[in-house]
Amino acid sequence: MLSNLGSLLRYRGLIQSLVARELKARYRGSVLGFVWSFVNPLLLLSVYSFVFTTIMPNAEPRTKPFAVFLFCGLLAWTWFAASLTEAASSLISGGNLIKKVLFPAEVLPIVSVLANMVHFLLGLVILAVFMVGFRHYPNPASLPWFPIVIVVQLVFTLGLALGLSALTVHFRDIRDLLSNVLTLWFFATPIIYPYFLPSVSRFLWLFRLNPFYHLAVSYQEILFFDRFGHARSLLLLGVLSVAVFLAGYWLFDRLRDSFAEAV
Amino acid sequence: MTSAIELANVSKVYRKYSGRQFATLKSALLKRSLLSDLRPNEAFLALKDVSFSVAKGSTVGVIGRNGSGKSTALKLVAGITKPTSGTVRVDGRISALIELGAGFHPEISGRENVFINGIMLGLSKRDIEERFDEIVDFAELREFIEAPVKTYSSGMYMRLGFAVAIHVNPDVLLVDEVLAVGDESFTHKCLDKFSEFRRRGKTILIVTHSLPLVERLCDDAVWLDAGEKQAEGDPKRVVDAYLTAVEQSDRKQMAATTAKAVQTAAPGGDMSQATEGRWGSREIEISDVQLLDAGGQPSFAFQSGAPVSIRFRVKSSRPVSDFVFGIGVFNADGVCCFGTNTDIDAMISERIDGDGQATFGIDSLDLVDGTYKLDVAAHRRDGAPYDYHRLLYTFRVQSRTHDTGIFRPKHRWTFSPTVRFK
Repeated sequence: MLSNLGSLLRYRGLIQSLVARELKARYRGSVLGFVWSFVNPLLLLSVYSFVFTTIMPNAEPRTKPFAVFLFCGLLAWTWFAASLTEAASSLISGGNLIKKVLFPAEVLPIVSVLANMVHFLLGLVILAVFMVGFRHYPNPASLPWFPIVIVVQLVFTLGLALGLSALTVHFRDIRDLLSNVLTLWFFATPIIYPYFLPSVSRFLWLFRLNPFYHLAVSYQEILFFDRFGHARSLLLLGVLSVAVFLAGYWLFDRLRDSFAEAV
Repeated sequence: MTSAIELANVSKVYRKYSGRQFATLKSALLKRSLLSDLRPNEAFLALKDVSFSVAKGSTVGVIGRNGSGKSTALKLVAGITKPTSGTVRVDGRISALIELGAGFHPEISGRENVFINGIMLGLSKRDIEERFDEIVDFAELREFIEAPVKTYSSGMYMRLGFAVAIHVNPDVLLVDEVLAVGDESFTHKCLDKFSEFRRRGKTILIVTHSLPLVERLCDDAVWLDAGEKQAEGDPKRVVDAYLTAVEQSDRKQMAATTAKAVQTAAPGGDMSQATEGRWGSREIEISDVQLLDAGGQPSFAFQSGAPVSIRFRVKSSRPVSDFVFGIGVFNADGVCCFGTNTDIDAMISERIDGDGQATFGIDSLDLVDGTYKLDVAAHRRDGAPYDYHRLLYTFRVQSRTHDTGIFRPKHRWTFSPTVRFK
C-alpha cells in the first residue's frame, strides 16, 4: 500500500493532464464555455440569497451581508458534494481505462476531486468580487489559516472519494444513496444558517460530530467573521482527515484487483 | 538468450459474482452479507497452469479458438489483471495495443487526446511533442487533428490510437487482434512498423486469429485451448496442429448438425414449401447417407481436391422399374455447385427390389474452402419423388489456399522466362 501511495507522485503528470482535460471537456461545445464555472455558483447563490433575504428574511444581524456569508460555506460545500458525486461514478464511467489499459485506477477519483477544486478556486474570485461589492472584508490576521482549511478539506474529500469510488463498483446504488445523504448532510451543516444560532447551540455536541461542521465554521470565521477561534477543532479534523484518507486508500487498494472484472 | 516475457505456471480464475447486477448495498445490509458479497462465489478458470516465455527480440504469436484464454494471457502480461497463481515477469517498457484509443475523450481534440493518451502510456510531455508530427502522419489525420475526437469515424479513432501506442517506443509490444483497424494500406503500414520493431530487436507478443500472419511474422507460436497450453514452438508446426484440432471439432459439429437434420426431417411435409427436409412416396427409401474419404472412412471434412464418395442404402418395398438417383451439392449461399442424376448420366433404370447400396464417387473434390450441403434423392423419371433428402447432409471442404468463388479446378501458371517470381 505504501509503495502504491508513493507511486501516486509519479502520476502527477497524468493527474494534471486529466484534470485539465476534465475542465476543458466539461464546457467544450457550450456557448459560454468556461464562464459556466462562474455562472453556476452565481446562480445558486442568487437563489439562496433571494430565499433567505426576501422570502424568509433572516433577522440575524451578524450574518449581514448575507450573500457573502452564504457564499463562504456554499462554495466549499459545492466542491465537497460534487467531488463525491463524481468520484462515486468515476471508476464505472472510466471502465474502459481500467479494463483495457494499464492504468492506475486511483487517478480517476482523485481527478474528480481536483477538477472540482479548480472550480472552487475559481469561485473564490467571485467571492472576492462580492466582498469588494459589499465592502465586507475578512480579517487579514485569519487569512493564513485559509490554505490550511483547504488542505484539510482536500485530504478529507480525497479519502472519502477513494473509498466511495471503490465501493460503488460493487454496490451501484451507492450513487443514489449518496445524493440523498448529501442533501441531508447539507442541511445538517451550518451553511445557510450561522452556527451560533441558539437552536444550533442546543444540539452542539451533535453538530460537532459532523466533520463538515468544522470546515464550514472555519471557512466562515476566516472569511466572514472577525475572529478565527476554531483552530483546535480544525487541526483535530486535519488528523482525522489523514486517517480517513489512509482508510479510503486502504479500502481502494484492497478492492483494486476486482475493478477490472467488476466494472 | 534472456527472456523478455516469462509466464510460470500461471493460472487465472475469473470470479463470477452471481447475481451481482441486482446485489445492492441495501439488500447486502439487510441480509448482512456485505462481506460475503464482496467475495466471489463462483470461479471460472480462464488459464490453467500456463507457462511460456518469449525471448528478447523475438516475435511470438498466440493462437487459439475464441474463449481459449488468449486475451487473458495478454492482459496478464500487460499487468491489467493479476494472475491468481503463478508469476508473470516482463522485462522492459510495455505498450499494449489491446484497446486502441481506450482513453480518448470524445469532446476534446485529436491533438489533446494524443497528449493525454501518450501520458497515460508513460511518455512525458516533451516525448510527445517530439513525436507528435510522426504520430499524426502515421495516423494520416493531419487535417482532422484539431477536431474533437467524437467527430472521428471508428477507423480514424483506431488509427490514432494505434499511432500513439506504437510511438511509445516500447521494449515489449503486445498486440491483440488490432490489425483490422484500417484499409489495406494502413494494415501494411502497421506490418511494416512491426517489422521495424523486430529489426530493432524489440519483443512482440501478438494474439491473433490470422494464421497466415503468425506463420509469416512470428518466430514462435503458442497455442492455447480452453485455458491450457497445447503446443509451443515453430509457428508452422503449431498452426498445423491447431488446424488439425479445429478440423476435428468441426467434424464433430458437422456430424451433430447432420444427425439433427436427418432426425427432424419430417416425413411427408409440404414439399413445395420445404427448404430442407425429406419427402416422397417412399416406394424407394434412401437411408444411411455417408460421405467417405479416400480411405473409405466416413467423414465430414475433406481436403479440397481429395477423392470423396457418397454412399447410401436404398430399399424398395416392391419391385420398381422407373427410378432415378440423383445428388446435388450446394454451398452456404444456397448456390447449386453441382448436381447430376442417373438420368442425366444416361443410365436407364431397369429394376430395384429389396435392399441395396449406391455409391457416387468423385475423383477430386474441386471445391473451394467452405461448408456445403448435400441433396440425395430417388425419384421417377417424370420427377415424382420416391424419397427426397433436401440439404440434410453438411460437409466441409478445407483448403490451405484461399481461392475465391466455388470451383477450384486443378490449375497451373506458366510464364515466359521474361516474367519472373521469387
